[in-house]
Amino acid sequence: MVVRKKIKGIGFGLFSSKMIQKLSSAKIHTPNTYDEDGYPIEGGLMDPRLGVIDPGIRCKTCGGGLGECQGHFGHIELTRPVIHVGYAKEIHQLLKATCRSCSRLLMSDDELRKHQGDNGKILEISQKVNESEGFCPHCGEKQIKIKFVRPYSYYEDENNLLVTDIRERFEKISDKDLAYLGWKIRPEWMVLSVIPVLPITIRPSITLESSDRSEDDLTHKLVDILRINQRLEENINSGAPQLIIEDLWDLLQYHIATYFDNGITGIPPARHRSGRPLKTIAQRLKGKEGRFRKNLSGKRVNFSARTVISPDPNLSINEVGVPELIALELTVPEEVNERNIDELRRIILNGPKKHPGAHNVITPYGRKRILEENKKDLVETLSIGDVVERHIRDGDTVVFNRQPSLHRNSMMCHTVKVLPYNTLRLNPAVCAPYNADFDGDEMNLHMPQSEEAITEAEVLMKVQECIISPRFSMPIIGGEHDHVSGMYLITRKNSEFTRGEALDMVKGIVKLPPGKKKFTGKEIFSLLLPKDFNLTYRGKLCEGCRVCKKEKCDVEAYVSIREGKLVSGIIEKEGMKGVLLNELFTRYGPDVAREYINNSTRLAIRGMMYYGFSVGIDEEDLPKGALNKIDDIIDHAEKEVDRLIKLYNKGKSKVIPGKSAKESLEDYIMAELGTARDGAGRIAERYTKGNSAIIMAKTGARGTLFNLTQMAGMVGQQAVRGKRIDRGYHNRTLSHFKKGDLSAEASGFVGSSFKRGLSPTEYFFHSMGGRESLVDTAIRTGRSGYMQRRLINALQDLKVYPDRSVRGDGGVIVQFTYGEDGIDPMKKYYLEQSDNDQNEFRRTSK
Amino acid sequence: MNLEELPNSVKSRLDKMDAKRRYKLLQNYKKALITPGEAVGTIAAQSIGEPGTQMTLRTFHYAGVAELSVPLGLPRLIEIIDAKRTPKNCIMVIFIEEKHSKDKEFVDDIANGLRERFLPDACEIDIDVKSKKLVIKTSNEEAKGILERLTEEKMRGNRLVIKKESLSDLKKLKEKLDKKRLGGIKGINRVFVRELDGEYVIYTEGSNLKGVLGIKGIDARRTTTNDILQIYETLGIEAARNAIVKEALGVLEDQNLDVDIRHIMLVADQMTVSGEIQAVGRQGISGTKESVLARAAFEETEKHILNAALYGEVDLLEGVAENIIVGQPIPIGTGTVELAVRNQGDKKKK
Repeated sequence: MVVRKKIKGIGFGLFSSKMIQKLSSAKIHTPNTYDEDGYPIEGGLMDPRLGVIDPGIRCKTCGGGLGECQGHFGHIELTRPVIHVGYAKEIHQLLKATCRSCSRLLMSDDELRKHQGDNGKILEISQKVNESEGFCPHCGEKQIKIKFVRPYSYYEDENNLLVTDIRERFEKISDKDLAYLGWKIRPEWMVLSVIPVLPITIRPSITLESSDRSEDDLTHKLVDILRINQRLEENINSGAPQLIIEDLWDLLQYHIATYFDNGITGIPPARHRSGRPLKTIAQRLKGKEGRFRKNLSGKRVNFSARTVISPDPNLSINEVGVPELIALELTVPEEVNERNIDELRRIILNGPKKHPGAHNVITPYGRKRILEENKKDLVETLSIGDVVERHIRDGDTVVFNRQPSLHRNSMMCHTVKVLPYNTLRLNPAVCAPYNADFDGDEMNLHMPQSEEAITEAEVLMKVQECIISPRFSMPIIGGEHDHVSGMYLITRKNSEFTRGEALDMVKGIVKLPPGKKKFTGKEIFSLLLPKDFNLTYRGKLCEGCRVCKKEKCDVEAYVSIREGKLVSGIIEKEGMKGVLLNELFTRYGPDVAREYINNSTRLAIRGMMYYGFSVGIDEEDLPKGALNKIDDIIDHAEKEVDRLIKLYNKGKSKVIPGKSAKESLEDYIMAELGTARDGAGRIAERYTKGNSAIIMAKTGARGTLFNLTQMAGMVGQQAVRGKRIDRGYHNRTLSHFKKGDLSAEASGFVGSSFKRGLSPTEYFFHSMGGRESLVDTAIRTGRSGYMQRRLINALQDLKVYPDRSVRGDGGVIVQFTYGEDGIDPMKKYYLEQSDNDQNEFRRTSK
Repeated sequence: MNLEELPNSVKSRLDKMDAKRRYKLLQNYKKALITPGEAVGTIAAQSIGEPGTQMTLRTFHYAGVAELSVPLGLPRLIEIIDAKRTPKNCIMVIFIEEKHSKDKEFVDDIANGLRERFLPDACEIDIDVKSKKLVIKTSNEEAKGILERLTEEKMRGNRLVIKKESLSDLKKLKEKLDKKRLGGIKGINRVFVRELDGEYVIYTEGSNLKGVLGIKGIDARRTTTNDILQIYETLGIEAARNAIVKEALGVLEDQNLDVDIRHIMLVADQMTVSGEIQAVGRQGISGTKESVLARAAFEETEKHILNAALYGEVDLLEGVAENIIVGQPIPIGTGTVELAVRNQGDKKKK
């Protein structure tokens, strides 16, 4: 990006009354806004000198029309001064810190010099004299304690301190004393006698359908201020009693305070006629919906699209399928040169409504919209150096994003592929980084608008560059779920294909070597690997035998690839997404890794279709003997629990030190029922060997053995708040049980399996556990979101310097070498790469 | 990278390699280095924040000892990052000097001395409402001494009777006595001795590192607490930094989440650069940033703007948040590089 002007800094300060008057282009003095004819009144809040909000009107101050004039400040002169509520606390501190007679800081000059530079300390010490009602070290005056009553009243020994008096005291404070406090503004500026009136462009009135005008909240508030100000003036002039004047004065103070901030504690918020609290200046700025977070830190963008996503395994992971409808709307500026001029001419001739078309042509004389009528002319006048805003088309680079954008892989760069139908399409292998599924998820698409931005996106954000996660240095993109089961089916022992079958499998993926008549699955898989690739690792299927049989492993967990040939082992998750992919990426780079993902996932799906793969309810059937064994386990556990309860009731149970007898009992019961479930799980596993659920669990495709335990064995103890279920009715969980029943089945133990079916009470307990985890998830998202916001905010300024030190806010060195070794976690495996050429044994990912 | 700076052990290994292999090694090392300008802070924050959604919320797990419960998962992680003064359920793991660590009696002895004991642990204190008397029974000599000193009354055998005018006085006295410490270390509520890798280790509920380190026979080098602030106060900021890393890593590992240690170290380093532990949040790092706009955009918008005006602060727009606000390129990543390009049409300036 070419930066032509750069803002060097932004200073903050407070305006004096004089400055406010000087800045003002109109003195506002009447609370009326419009006359009978609906024209704004001069000196009213909609004074035409304050700016333009209606089309066709010129500004009386600068002459600009709507959009040209940004508006001008006005001012209101207050009959009596008031406190600036934002500084109420500081005013109190300063009142206490200065002498009531000579207005010097209540510290001797020597002391001041001693503490010079420590602003906070000086303010603190000088206030102490007032609090203890001491004497001024300069003039010897006795000080009187000053009380502050929120939000804006001050009392000196029960006497109300008038704002005018406060200002008089402040005016006498010397600049030198203020410098000791580090204050850069005159304190009398914190007492307002003139307030600025915001330009009407900031508080535009809107015309409703009924041609009624509806004013902005701030205008309403300013009307209130002007009304009271006027009444106060009238009353003073007519010599009204002091009491009435002070009441009105206080009211003026209230209105001005709420004009600044309508959320001050201690005073009722100013309300609209409808009873809704007004949104005044502070409310506009603060919070999630405020100016800062809504409009300044986050901005709306053009050249973006959003719609529902759906999967397309035939796209490369780098691609994104864009509906034609979107391609007709999104554009990218392309500069005309000798090489592309002919093509751009053709594109312009297509017009804005036919796909590879264009919307605008930008010439040095301005921007012209391409229409049916003028497209021929535009083609003729098109010359080198012009810019054409053409539709996005195949091959363009776009940024693709899914919220919540929790990490940088939530925004990656894809290559456009314009496709029919109305959804954005992506390769299912990239679902993981986006955390996307296709149950109605929507995603956003952004078209970068300059060559520089496009290049940057392509180099840094391309999907293939993001295969390795910077969080844990391993691939985050790769084959999953069905891809894993599919590849398992292909690469396991005894999978053989005739040449015809093999051709069906690899059609459009790789070429089959000529001549061979029969192929094993491993041979087909090997076609995807580079010819000089070597790797050995223990896969997920490894059962941790004491002596590893290596290539001759019974469960084929020992994966060995030599010279690009899979010699032994089954390709499961570790092969689709884990070490194997990681190794390919570090050794051969992103292009090879990308192709591996594209090809392996496609091949796996073909394998899946060849063999067929399903989970049936009968697969969770256990033979009679096994069911009896599980029943025995349940019986045994329940008896054991009853025994423990009996012991407890007799007061003879074992007690864990530091816990009550009841708590100990619960612990023992939980442990007992836990073993029961584990026992059932082991039986279930033993009798369901080789079924689809087990394959998926063991290869890492989906699910765990625990899921199978629950389906075939038993569901197990349900818990709420980490305990057995003990809530519900008085002294019992459900009316099905006797009061005080602590037995397993009355406290949420589910002995049935999902296959066998749950009894009504079991079902209810299971639902209780399920509800708790739902609530838990809902709370967790909020908590972790806020934690992440805080983390990001605290760390976002840290960056690596050319000397590989990490420095942050204000150039502070946070680390002398990033991560103590200067290694990028994302590229960490380059290191192991060189040290281990043979790659004899790699650790596996988690 | 200057090869001369490498430690000798590494250098000798490098020398032994053949030239080709050494060259490849160095090439790969260079490849693995972090790129200057990289927004490592943001990456670290994302790497820790993103798995937060996958963490469990309410887990009270058991750390080695079934009787002890420590918050784990997301609440614990937030606790660490908040640099809370009093974490829920702190725990100490106290190791014993190796020569004694296998001696159960020795360890038990230390363990028994650790627990904070109060008067009611050693005696029975009852209020006799009828006769407005406080009756204390004890056989503990230590308690007797303290009681006599405290109440200026003489023990009669194992009994002490105190008479007071009113019941409320008696109650006040009883409360005072209840809180009187007999011995042990402040803050240590419960003590457990467990065997760990062949030696006896003391686990405590409640933590007081300063107190425990002063006890003879314990191995100060291995003894730890999970209260990071206590570590800071007794062992200093470097130790606290390491404690943050250790604790945060422990939480993530326990939840089976794989996060590179570099990310956690960066957070810990940022929390401790100032020399004291700063929380991640408005009272800590985010509230003390240089830039007014960055602070205002985070939390407490009005406070920061009003203060900026009072002290005449100037925002120099050096950070990320500020430049986004004013619409300028951010000085991080590719924005770090400043390059001036003269357009062909521009006239040359002298």
